[in-house]
Amino acid sequence: MTLDLPLIWAGVLAVAVLLYVVLDGFDLGIGILFPFAGDDRERDAMMASIAPVWDGNETWLVLGGGGLMIAFPTAYAILMPALYLPVTLMLMGLILRGVAFEFRLHGRGRGKRFWTIAFAGGSLAAALAQGFVLGGFIQGIKVADDRFIGQPLDWATPYTLVVALGLVAGYVLLGAAWLLIKTDGPLHERARGWAQKAAVAVGAILAVVSVATLFIHPEIALRWGAGPQGLEQKRLLPLLPIPLMGLVGLMMAFFGARSREAHAHAPMVGAFLAFLSGYVGLAVGFMPYVVPYAVTYEQAASSPQALTLMLVGVAILLPFILGYSAWVYWIFRGKVAADAGYH
Amino acid sequence: MHLDAILLARLQFAFTIAWHIIFPSFTIGLASYLAVLEGLWLITKREAFDVLYRFWVKIFAISFGMGVVSGVVMSYEFGTNWSVFAAKASPAIGPMLGFEVLTAFFLEASFLGVALFGRQKVGPGLHFLATCIVAVGTLSSAFWIISANSWMQHPEGFVIDAHGRFVVVDWWKAIFSQTMPLRLAHMVMAAYLSTALVVGAASAFMMLKRQGHAESRIALRMAVGMALVVAPLQLLIGDTAGKQVGELQPAKLAAIEGFWDTRAHQPFDVVAWPDRAIQGDRFHIQIPEFGSVVTHGHADAVVHGLKELGGPQNEPPVFVVFWAFRIMVGLGVLMILQGLWGAVLWLRGRLDQSRLYLRFATLMGPAGFIAVIAGWTTAEVGRQPWVVYGLLRTADAVAPVGPAQVSISLLAFLIVYAIVFCVGALYILRLMAEGPLPVAQQPPPPDRAPGSPLAAAPQGETS
Repeated sequence: MTLDLPLIWAGVLAVAVLLYVVLDGFDLGIGILFPFAGDDRERDAMMASIAPVWDGNETWLVLGGGGLMIAFPTAYAILMPALYLPVTLMLMGLILRGVAFEFRLHGRGRGKRFWTIAFAGGSLAAALAQGFVLGGFIQGIKVADDRFIGQPLDWATPYTLVVALGLVAGYVLLGAAWLLIKTDGPLHERARGWAQKAAVAVGAILAVVSVATLFIHPEIALRWGAGPQGLEQKRLLPLLPIPLMGLVGLMMAFFGARSREAHAHAPMVGAFLAFLSGYVGLAVGFMPYVVPYAVTYEQAASSPQALTLMLVGVAILLPFILGYSAWVYWIFRGKVAADAGYH
Repeated sequence: MHLDAILLARLQFAFTIAWHIIFPSFTIGLASYLAVLEGLWLITKREAFDVLYRFWVKIFAISFGMGVVSGVVMSYEFGTNWSVFAAKASPAIGPMLGFEVLTAFFLEASFLGVALFGRQKVGPGLHFLATCIVAVGTLSSAFWIISANSWMQHPEGFVIDAHGRFVVVDWWKAIFSQTMPLRLAHMVMAAYLSTALVVGAASAFMMLKRQGHAESRIALRMAVGMALVVAPLQLLIGDTAGKQVGELQPAKLAAIEGFWDTRAHQPFDVVAWPDRAIQGDRFHIQIPEFGSVVTHGHADAVVHGLKELGGPQNEPPVFVVFWAFRIMVGLGVLMILQGLWGAVLWLRGRLDQSRLYLRFATLMGPAGFIAVIAGWTTAEVGRQPWVVYGLLRTADAVAPVGPAQVSISLLAFLIVYAIVFCVGALYILRLMAEGPLPVAQQPPPPDRAPGSPLAAAPQGETS
């Protein structure tokens, strides 16, 4: 029996990116919600709720980017130049967001205000940029001879803007859902409102994006059963559970945040289902491409030697990583105190 | 136009990596130092070690944050600016970078959270373990990054496939390429030394302000001891690594020493202004024959010169390499002096009183970082015009991106890094100026006064 190494790697990367999106998603969402908090004490609590875990969450992005280079170097070499500006914007945002965790604790007066703004602005910029990257990816990349041959601003279209706004709304939903688990009192009340609004926004934007995506590329429409002869139920029906899962998730998030009796984790689970639905739904559109409509995962794969060695590493190390990451979450379980810092 | 993009991409990489390497150099050393402090505290129960730990862990947190965010940049820059390099070299160095993520980044990120915020949540033993794991993570990171870089300096264990990619067939050879062990030792020692100098500087500064400050006396002695042992050892390791460079990368050695002609009885430049444009020195002070002696041990040895490479397009930028090397070695010598002088004062019981030495130690604070950047400049600029030595030229490795985009991103990096660096340095220096405070005297942070609604709210399982 031979293993389909590129396929396994496509799966590993897909999981890494999904984990990143969900885990750092709530960090970034909290950053985006920063300006809407009642006062600095609430902001301290919001930051304290993610301070011990944000760095581990962001590491999934390094695994995602690094993993793309390791497993599919051709795709990495096409996508990064094609999405140069949004990737740069994302990095800038992540820099400001990341240092703000420490800098905000040490800033006094103006310094603290500056890093409060930088934390929010950096989170928003990173989220928007990731949306541009995602949108630019889905709408396709111009490739010839394994090189990007398009223009620097190919990614900047109304479609990617809507995708970016959708991602921002999604991150806000995750962030609010996290706060529902981690906080008490007035901040918790505020987070309930945020989560409900975000759930509605995500639902609306996801619907727009879903329809728009069908027009982005004929291949996608065909797969969802929207051929030239009208709707093909044979193709559409097996895929229907995907959007249904999203709908169920958003309802869980919305009603979970609305009701005081609901389980504190319900909105988070709902938000996760919504993300999973969007993620799988988009993946249906571009599989098996790693550079949509140009390069498949098999064409972009690295040498079997590299894939094998790395797969052994992943198989051994990833269970440990997942284990101790979960342990860290467990240690810091429960409601957060605003003064949970170490300083 | 194309040339501009290459130059800009190189400037950007040089700037972002030079900025980045400061923080790993510091945190590799500091993580080990923290582990030692916490271990000593657990064993001896002397509060001074705990005070020092709590003091340096704050500085560690700031530096580590800056290292993380500037490191994420590097992992994407390979693709944005050097996509051809990424596509061709990934089957070789990709897994090494991947193992860095899996065995270092996740460890550091997860356990630093515990080390920083988990004091009241886990027992002292587990907390100490978390600190140790962070230290192991930083060393693992150094291992893999040096492995990848050493492969680029001296590629081994690979074949070139039909797509022109470097496909590794012997991982042992590729990971432990010939120069790797010595270069790893050189880098880790550099990190320990840089940290010792910073610890020494902060302690010396404190003692100039408050004579006999108890914690600073301990920390200063630890720093002096470190410099005394590691600085001479580093010279030895560096010299051995240099011999290896002469053997495997003769062009780099020629640039380091400013040798132009291949000849026996090679003269040695004490001071020089080597210029590629005229293929010679605009100015120099030389010691006859000593160039052969210093590189090969005797005057009759034939030493390679840059002219042998067949033109400036095949030569490393000799001026930069020549001077970067001298800055590194010069600072290294000062570090050895600092260790020896400190040890003599210590033996005579005058370490705390010599204001001249304390001032010198304060000034030497940033010397390690400057030496690290100079050393990496020697290694990386000395490898030019190759990105994979002898196989892939830097000019052929660049991404198909126009100069406008590279300029925009370079400008953005310059601005953001300048802000982050200045503010980070300010906060670190402010902490150092305050110095380590006894646990009982540490003021409660402002904005987090007890009695606030959140502090009063039920806190569940949090302590």
